[in-house]
Amino acid sequence: MAEASYPEDLLYHPEHDWARVEGQDATFGITWYAQDQLGEVVFFEPPDVGSTVTKDEPYAEVESVKAVSDVFAPLSGEIVAVNEALGENPEQINDDPYGDGWMVRIKLSDPSERDGLLSVDAYTSSLE
Amino acid sequence: MPGAETLNRTPLFARHEEAGAKLVPFAGWEMPVQYAGIGAEHRAVREHAGVFDVSHMGEVETRGPQAQAFLQHVLSNEIRRIPEGGAQYGLLCREDGGVLDDLFTYRLADGTYLTVTNAANHARDTAWLQEHAGEFDVDVLDVADRFAMLAVQGPAARAIVSALADGVLPSRMHACERDVAGVPALVAGTGYTGEDGVELLLDPGGAEAVWDALLAAGAAPAGLAARDTLRLEVCFHLYGNDLMEERGPIEAGLGWACKEDTGFIGAEAVRAARTAGPVERLVPFVIDGPGIPRQGNPVVGGGEVTSGTMSPSLGVGIGMAYVPAERAEPGTRLQIDVRGKVRDAIVKEKPLYRKDPNP
Repeated sequence: MAEASYPEDLLYHPEHDWARVEGQDATFGITWYAQDQLGEVVFFEPPDVGSTVTKDEPYAEVESVKAVSDVFAPLSGEIVAVNEALGENPEQINDDPYGDGWMVRIKLSDPSERDGLLSVDAYTSSLE
Repeated sequence: MPGAETLNRTPLFARHEEAGAKLVPFAGWEMPVQYAGIGAEHRAVREHAGVFDVSHMGEVETRGPQAQAFLQHVLSNEIRRIPEGGAQYGLLCREDGGVLDDLFTYRLADGTYLTVTNAANHARDTAWLQEHAGEFDVDVLDVADRFAMLAVQGPAARAIVSALADGVLPSRMHACERDVAGVPALVAGTGYTGEDGVELLLDPGGAEAVWDALLAAGAAPAGLAARDTLRLEVCFHLYGNDLMEERGPIEAGLGWACKEDTGFIGAEAVRAARTAGPVERLVPFVIDGPGIPRQGNPVVGGGEVTSGTMSPSLGVGIGMAYVPAERAEPGTRLQIDVRGKVRDAIVKEKPLYRKDPNP
């Protein structure tokens, strides 16, 4: 995706991760800024379904040719689904970071944690 | 680390900015690491032609009646075998055989020699050479400021440069003076990608004109990141990764570039290592399954990865590692600890990537 974009319906983590909260569940991925900084993603190994993630802690790694970067959980919970397609097509993280580039879906253990995340305005101003 | 204000810039800095390059500090220089993207640049070189600004590399000129004798004293390969207009790869070693640098030396038409250094080692190499020149009737000159350097690499590289040149291009491992896009250049049939191509040493003032002409003729600008994936696929050493003062030429697989009978500095240590056989050897490997090896990853049971990446041509993790000599045979299975995950790997023959002879 050539042009920067930050959807308004997402919540953002300062480590350049996003969460799409839907009731007790949330989907995670990395932001346009994160994938742009990283360059072409060449490797992503989804974590195991059933494992737990903790807010502000890394739950996976995403790799470009040159660099390895931790992916941080914006919220805590248990992984209920992972984007297996990224194993074969990690470039989806570059092409569509908020759609086909999603990484995991989790069942939230503490939905109130969302109050600690950034709005799109707060996140984008942090990039300036 | 020096601040950005202390970094050197090549004569093509403005061109890199215009081309949208991502510029990073590298060996004291502000260098383009990528333009369009590593994958696209890598493919451009494998399939057509790419041009790299490698003006950060240094040059040392050796001239005088004993130029050949002096270089033979300090360099590991057989200098007297370089014909006029020829090029040779060799190593600069310490007395104990530790590698100070790996470098190409060109013998020019007028009897002078030009040696190209790695940017990070240039000051040390120059000081070392000048320090050891005392007993020889030679002048050893730091001439890095006199040259910009461009590498034009890929199956179409020669045709592109040839169309801009005022004469026939030198064959592989040879060099000669030509005007390229009207700019006087030393054109060398050398490179660091495993592809055909040339390297151009030219006046910094003419670098932009040559760069522009190469791009207009279809060469894609390529950055240091693609240079690294290209060289690793064909198992060329990178000083600071695969070569260092603490390692000798034999364990690095560079015994072919050492002629101990010439008595170069370090020859006795190299001879001893060759006779005894090294404890560890540098081997190329591919990952069998998922994962990308990285510099510094331990090899389970001993050894360490010195270079690693995702191979754009092969689509798998590749690398080079020093491993115990008894595990260096091609086909040996290794396990590599990639940040806590054990990845299976297989020792391979060089090079890891070879062009399909019948595409």
